[in-house]
Amino acid sequence: METDGCNALPARYLDRVDPRARVLLAIGVVGVVAVAGRFLTLGAALAGALVCAAVSGNPWRLLRRRLAALNAVLLLVAVVLPLTTEGTPVFHAGARPYTREGLLTAAAVVLKGNAIVLASIGLLGTLPAATLGHVLSHFYVPDKLVQLTVFTVRYLDVFRREYTRLRAAMRVRGFRPGVNRHTYRSFGYLAGMLLVRSLDRSERIAAAMKCRGFRGRYYLLDHFAFSPARDVPFAVAAALAVLALAWLEWA
Amino acid sequence: MSEPLLELRNVTFCYGLDRPVLRGCNLRIAGGDRLALAGANGSGKTTLLHLTVGLLRPASGEIVAFGRPRRREADFHEVRRRAGLLFQDTDDQLFCATVAEDVAFGPLNLGKPRAEARRIVAETLGCVGLPGFERRITYHLSGGERRLVALASVLAMQPDALLLDEPTAGLDEASTARLTEVLRGLPQAMLVVSHDRKFREAVTVQTLLLCEGRIDAGPS
Repeated sequence: METDGCNALPARYLDRVDPRARVLLAIGVVGVVAVAGRFLTLGAALAGALVCAAVSGNPWRLLRRRLAALNAVLLLVAVVLPLTTEGTPVFHAGARPYTREGLLTAAAVVLKGNAIVLASIGLLGTLPAATLGHVLSHFYVPDKLVQLTVFTVRYLDVFRREYTRLRAAMRVRGFRPGVNRHTYRSFGYLAGMLLVRSLDRSERIAAAMKCRGFRGRYYLLDHFAFSPARDVPFAVAAALAVLALAWLEWA
Repeated sequence: MSEPLLELRNVTFCYGLDRPVLRGCNLRIAGGDRLALAGANGSGKTTLLHLTVGLLRPASGEIVAFGRPRRREADFHEVRRRAGLLFQDTDDQLFCATVAEDVAFGPLNLGKPRAEARRIVAETLGCVGLPGFERRITYHLSGGERRLVALASVLAMQPDALLLDEPTAGLDEASTARLTEVLRGLPQAMLVVSHDRKFREAVTVQTLLLCEGRIDAGPS
């Protein structure tokens, strides 16, 4: 998720579309892919997701890193799943057979995982966090959840800075982590300190919000404009894409 | 002497049972006043500001704001709008993603329509010397700019008095000069907590000293 991006005029097509349509498309694609089982559907979804990711403007480096992390986990699944699934043996690894059913399931899982992650990165990755929060509140997601999302993004960096400061303070006093009680206790203090500071900070933020008239209701400054000329074609294309995936799966 | 905007009468306050911070503290801020408040670390300067806008309640004594005694939470809603408090740490005050949202937060809470909120945002940002900053990301700004945005977010409430808690903390000389310039141009009555003597002298006309829980008129 991008934490900035509202400062430039949107140049890419995806950034000009109504963000609500993007989020709906993402939900649709992810929903269908999650329950789909046919390779045709999964292949089509993966191809579509690749296109989304390619036009989304995410840097390739970031895509590569995310996919590498994902596939490292999936590799484990792909190795273990065929061993533990009953079915027709294809070949043997040691004493255990790799089954046909297991291999197919593993392939489906890998395809699904990549399609979902690519579609999410492509459609939501360049959406500024604040915008995503606004979209969620337009979809009547409970205010508390929306505020949690938005505040987490805003304060993550503050906490990271606080953590880095505390860690630096430990390091300049000669602290080197090892496998011993002193290390565990010191990290315990560090975690405790972060928790206490976070609590203090949240109280100060709440006080500051109260000073500016906050009484529990959060108002949005930005209102999304649904522009028919720009958003109807996208919405129609998005709906068709999701329907096509569903048709491939269930027709 | 004009009618005071904010007044603390014989206010005491303790953190816990054994840490008295204010002991019979008196303070008057009248329209047009430019007061500075100095005092040692932990002498209760921030506590005093928080008491004034009702974020804390005094153990005894009275807070009179804009002509009425204020006791309950509901009494302080109006006080917080009319006495704008600038927090010591801008990270506490600015919590929205963009500058415009942060500055508009107060006006929207006050029930202003969006169009008017936008107008207020543009106007206030112009007033603190940051015109056109609406779409900027708050936490990518420099410390000095952030402080000015925090000030704008307070000014957007159109307050009659300003309570500034260490506004120059963490600012370099250029940013301090810029802030000084902006503050000198504002019409509001002010109470400025600051350790920076030069800054106090540039922005205020009188320095009060908070010592042992009481306020004395200190050296100017």
